[in-house]
Amino acid sequence: MTSVAEMKAIAGPSEIMEVSMGPHHPSTHGVFRMDVRLEGERVVRLKPVFGYLHRNHEKIAEHGAYLAAIPYTDRLDYLCSMTNNWGYVLAVEKLAGLQVPERAEYIRVIVAELTRFQNHAGLIGFLLQDMGASGTPLMYAFREREKILDLFESLSGARMMCNYMRFGGVRVDCSAEWLDEVRRLVATLPRFLGEFEALLRSNEILMARTQGVGVLPRELAINAGVTGPMLRASGVNYDIRKVDKYGIYDRFDFRVPLGEHGDVYDRYMMRLLEMAETVKILEQALRNIPAGPVMDPKAKLRGLRPKVGEAYGRIESPKGELGFFLISDGSTIPYRYRVRPPSMINLTVLEDMCLGQNIADVVITLGSVDIVLGEVDR
Amino acid sequence: MLGEGIIQGLMETARNFFGSYVEKERLVTVQFPEERRSLPEATRQFPFLLYDGDDPERGLRCVSCQICEKECPPRCIHIEKSKDRKPDFVGKQQFYPAVFNIDVSVCMSCQICVEVCPFDAIRMDTEFELSTSDRFGGLLWTKRELARSNEYYRQIHPTEAGECDERRAKELADAQAKAAAAAAAAAAKAAQAAAAPAAASNGAPGSGAKSEPAKKVVTQ
Repeated sequence: MTSVAEMKAIAGPSEIMEVSMGPHHPSTHGVFRMDVRLEGERVVRLKPVFGYLHRNHEKIAEHGAYLAAIPYTDRLDYLCSMTNNWGYVLAVEKLAGLQVPERAEYIRVIVAELTRFQNHAGLIGFLLQDMGASGTPLMYAFREREKILDLFESLSGARMMCNYMRFGGVRVDCSAEWLDEVRRLVATLPRFLGEFEALLRSNEILMARTQGVGVLPRELAINAGVTGPMLRASGVNYDIRKVDKYGIYDRFDFRVPLGEHGDVYDRYMMRLLEMAETVKILEQALRNIPAGPVMDPKAKLRGLRPKVGEAYGRIESPKGELGFFLISDGSTIPYRYRVRPPSMINLTVLEDMCLGQNIADVVITLGSVDIVLGEVDR
Repeated sequence: MLGEGIIQGLMETARNFFGSYVEKERLVTVQFPEERRSLPEATRQFPFLLYDGDDPERGLRCVSCQICEKECPPRCIHIEKSKDRKPDFVGKQQFYPAVFNIDVSVCMSCQICVEVCPFDAIRMDTEFELSTSDRFGGLLWTKRELARSNEYYRQIHPTEAGECDERRAKELADAQAKAAAAAAAAAAKAAQAAAAPAAASNGAPGSGAKSEPAKKVVTQ
């Protein structure tokens, strides 16, 4: 048998190998390619290549009425259509000066927080799947997600492409039975969270695999414009629900969890802690939801002509700051429509997080960023 | 102790495994083709066109206003207006669609056509098993394939259909009341006009001006 030293002597000095991971690699969560240069198993360069799922979203929206862009926003981050709708209608409401009735604001908070919960649950499931915990955590996460999607279906008619919010409110009012069902579900969520946490939180293998891996330093996170749970995992207290207090978020009592190290483990824990805060917001919203109309009587579905000007609506989507920038020239179609996608901007620091790490760690670092390629490529 | 966390995790797995036998919320899946879940009432898949009565050709509610065609985000609706008119449910003469096609392979089930339709003519179906081996003809639905009766609508969306029927019944009653009032006014005018020439036999221009408003009421 030849020893390692003898093998090295035969093979000569190690060469740089270029590997194209993706676009159809199962760990890339969609059609995304990483151009990786490896020295042995160590990453020396990583270039993200995206655009495989480009669908011309912004240009399409500039060719249709304001209303016609809402179903397209569902398809940006196709796991969180409710929050995408909210970001867009918020921008249009600022542009057109519409007031959202109280009940509609509460319904928006409820569906947005349910969306956040199911997104984080799904993300953790996939992240653990990337680490090798195949199946079990993902199955538990999807079981809860399934219940939330059923609620979305009975409210809006579709499980994922909800197309539910409108400028000046929401499309249909929710029934008392629907609210009761949400209450019943929210009551079971803390138990699920506890189990989900106990499943792997103190697992030695998971800790060895994630702690100190894919570290994103605080300064770099701020400089690169990273937002959402990824930024907070690096220890920066920045949550648009707290900063902007859009909608009625100033009425809810919740905390913003913060990480310390900015590694994959922190980003994993950040999602778990945020889910617990989401349950708190949901409980408060379900307790205080008032009766009343769900649409601004001044709002027009067809032929909306906002006055000349520009508006930027931004929300804390489950992935980070989701912003919509609109310029109106006074006609029925937006003059300029631009999306600030959190997935894509969070992805730009991937190389910095992966340099010097093993190739297997690239997979879990990418998984912890939480990307959806529909939003990255638009 | 090393390995404690792993044992803790395995205990959770065991709890879920055995729990799935007794707790319904731990096992949410159904064996699909054999077992089916009832769909919620709000479910939407693809649009269909509503007709009243038995004849899908004559009873079609669509008046070919082409609003849905303009508002449809992916532009999957194609409408050609008819040359002639036919009476609608209140008896008003309206155009009808000579051609009404929906390309279901393009449709994204967003329901905007339903929301903008002022005539309650287009609604969303709940049927989702629509696979076909014919990509082009099989997924381009014509007026005939899209037409569904009001009874069918009542079956799949009872609440929504009830509201819609109520609204239309009110519209019909209003139209009938208006027609009756107009007929009564016309009759009164006619009686007046019949009496007037006797009183002012040489005032021809004056009587002409009088009869015009009466005519207007009838056409409205």
